[in-house]
Amino acid sequence: MRGPRTTQSLQAVPVNSPMEDWLRMDRMPHIWCPGCGIGTAVNCFVRAVELSGIPRKKLAIVSGIGCTGRVAGYIKLDSFHTTHGRAIPFAIGLKLASPDLHVVVFSGDGDLIAIGGNHFIHAARRNVNITVICINNLTYGMTGGQVAPTSPKHSIATTTPYGNLESPFNLVHLADSSGASYVARYTTFHVRPLVHTMKEALTKNGFSFVEVLSPCPTLYGRRNRLGDGLDIMRVFKEKAIRRDGLSTDAAFVDLKNGPIVIGKFKDRPREAFLDVYNDAMTRVIGKDHFIPYGPVTMRPPEDESE
Amino acid sequence: MSGHRGTEVRIAGFGGQGVILSGMILGRAVSIFENKHATLMQSFGPEARGGACSAQVILSDEKILYPYVKAPDVLVVMSQPALRTYLPTLREGGKLIYEQDLVKLEEGDELPEGATCYGVPATKIAEGLRRRIVLNIVMVGFISAVAPMVSMESARKAVLHSVPRGTEALNGRAFDMGYRYGVENYGGES
Amino acid sequence: MYSIKEAVLSGIHFIDGDVACAEGAIAAGCRFSAGYPITPSTEVVERLAARFPMVGGMFVQMEDELASSIAIIGAAWGGVKAMTVSSGPGISLMQEHIGLAAITETPTVWVNVQRCGPSTGLPTQPAQGDMMQAQWGSHGDYPSLALCPNSPQEAFDLTVRAFNLAERYRTPVMVLLDEAVGHMLEKVVIPPGDEIDVDARHFTSKPPKEYRAYECAPGSLVPDMARTGEGYYFHVTGLTHDERGYPIMLAEVQRRLMERLMAKIDLDDVTQVVQSQVDGCEVLVVSYGITSRVAERAILEAREQGLRVGHLRLLTVWPFPEKLVAERCTQGSVQRVVVPELNMGQMVREVERVVAGACPVTLVGHPGGAVHEPEVILEAIMEVRQ
Repeated sequence: MRGPRTTQSLQAVPVNSPMEDWLRMDRMPHIWCPGCGIGTAVNCFVRAVELSGIPRKKLAIVSGIGCTGRVAGYIKLDSFHTTHGRAIPFAIGLKLASPDLHVVVFSGDGDLIAIGGNHFIHAARRNVNITVICINNLTYGMTGGQVAPTSPKHSIATTTPYGNLESPFNLVHLADSSGASYVARYTTFHVRPLVHTMKEALTKNGFSFVEVLSPCPTLYGRRNRLGDGLDIMRVFKEKAIRRDGLSTDAAFVDLKNGPIVIGKFKDRPREAFLDVYNDAMTRVIGKDHFIPYGPVTMRPPEDESE
Repeated sequence: MSGHRGTEVRIAGFGGQGVILSGMILGRAVSIFENKHATLMQSFGPEARGGACSAQVILSDEKILYPYVKAPDVLVVMSQPALRTYLPTLREGGKLIYEQDLVKLEEGDELPEGATCYGVPATKIAEGLRRRIVLNIVMVGFISAVAPMVSMESARKAVLHSVPRGTEALNGRAFDMGYRYGVENYGGES
Repeated sequence: MYSIKEAVLSGIHFIDGDVACAEGAIAAGCRFSAGYPITPSTEVVERLAARFPMVGGMFVQMEDELASSIAIIGAAWGGVKAMTVSSGPGISLMQEHIGLAAITETPTVWVNVQRCGPSTGLPTQPAQGDMMQAQWGSHGDYPSLALCPNSPQEAFDLTVRAFNLAERYRTPVMVLLDEAVGHMLEKVVIPPGDEIDVDARHFTSKPPKEYRAYECAPGSLVPDMARTGEGYYFHVTGLTHDERGYPIMLAEVQRRLMERLMAKIDLDDVTQVVQSQVDGCEVLVVSYGITSRVAERAILEAREQGLRVGHLRLLTVWPFPEKLVAERCTQGSVQRVVVPELNMGQMVREVERVVAGACPVTLVGHPGGAVHEPEVILEAIMEVRQ
């Protein structure tokens, strides 16, 4: 991993922007390149939070490492910028220790699916009540455009200068088959349904997963003849087809030839980890011995915590 | 360096015979009910999963510094391979205690000088109680009679303290029968 | 800490070091643990898994040690006391997150039941080969705190202490058992809960507007924590950060952060060394963990042979108690310092460093897989007569 790229957007968030209250303005300008989709996804997320009715202070955000990993540093919430690939297990610890919090993991495809791939599938299987938002820009941005497990076959990256020989993961299929309660995919072009989906994901019980296809013109678009940010948005617009409820193994992403299948693929009620835990322990150990696990039992009383 | 050695006991047999629990009972009896010192080192890994199994117990009036058994004062064996492996380590003047239907002393099994041996049909006694699983508790009762390292009362208390709730009566009987067999056949405390 | 009286398993027990360690954690108020099975530490988490539901805690078996070691950091930020447990290869995998806990100043306890290495080594046999790893395992400089019990009783006591130090200094603390201590059953006396001193977490009393995540009160080098979910909107990062917790990529900020981190642990407060007949001794033995018991037998024998032998038994191994060890080893009477350890020579380097040539330092190394024969240590002690 190299350090952050020097390309910086010099456009600060406009004064009196509706985002101002939600961002750490003293940290602007952000590090994202012109045409990058991460900022759009952040806007959608903030809007979704506002619509969700979740009390702001009860929402915590966890990121890993990478361009999207910086989101936690910009959004004014209790925010945790962790290690590469490990945002999900951090979030699980945070959630289990503090069950009244809503915990969101906001990170990139390399972080969540390559180095963090094992945690991703196990978290979906374990079904702890957290939301994972994956900004998928098909590449490693922070380190300068290396191949990712989401990079299309034959795409060009700095570490596959002659083309990627491997097939990419279908993230929604991966999440679905691992047991996620809620699985959806949109692009940064589809802001309205994306806001709605993020809101829904935030309020679902269990492991919810939202994939957001996002342009990386600087490091992916340029090398793969997809043009600049606007060109990639045009691809998203023209090649996307919405297929709610489609079996995830048929939910393909093909930026070159289409289609880019978007929509809500899975929304199945499944008991979340903590519900199962408390029910099962009460049954197995008995009311007399089991202390139900929750915000009350986990917190020491105020007066003793000086 | 025998001055700081304590009494060394090795209990050996197959996994599943309750070898480790026997060692725990001795250790509990000494450290909890007689307020002296005891250590127990367990064998781990493949050994603890069905194959050979052994517990190394050291009992002492002083703090135990070296917790491994090198030359046991008391060797308890519940399988033929255990006898093969550990008989050569028995200390001179030590005691060999064995389950007589599972372990056969054969020609060529030489005891060290001054050593004595004590056989007990612990499996048969346990089967008499219709619970073969209490074999190890019968052994503990027998050990308490022929090689007393703690008082009979402490050993019995430790048994009741160590077995699953609801099985105290059964295990207490198993202990008593092992103990009685020792007293009747070997005259008890020797 | 809450319901501690009910949670603590007060009484006299005959248990092994692993179980005692788990009970120490519960007594100290630990209510979350994440781990992954690995010999010889598994009994610690098995005990926690069985006991936690009865005391309002939770154990989760994660998919690997990477997940376990960061889940406890997440849990600590969720407001609870948390610990992870591992051995050998698992501890190697956890190193990155020891660094994360150090730089984010997350109070956490890390139990390492040492086995033989490198790599898979001898999983079921004792070693003390992770001593230097406990200090230097994660990349970069950071303050290390590690405690080394030599009995199940100390496994209990030092685990309680580890939690207290973790809260006091907001830092990861390691409990370094070895397979022999972990798997040895011995008497453990657990006092009543209200007789066990437990440090609570230091939460800020400032309102959110005045709170800066890494700003210390005057005279203190340890910042107070904020509770997650209370509207402080604080930021925590593994990047070099300023008093606000914001990442700042400047050498000057790195200097300020590192100087505070390296200075925040009070050596006198954390040092625990058991001294025996040290005054005027001819030979001084410095040891720790299971080796200190075996060495004690050699020391008693040497004393019976008329040699004046002192013993420094390190309970705190990191930070290395350099002041005390230097002072004791360089008193005029000491002709030789003997350092037995279950490795090829690790802590002996620290002893040599602080003795600085004032007298010969003899390593009695051992590759692990068994403990020393006391005779070998005795021989090294008696060599001073030749």
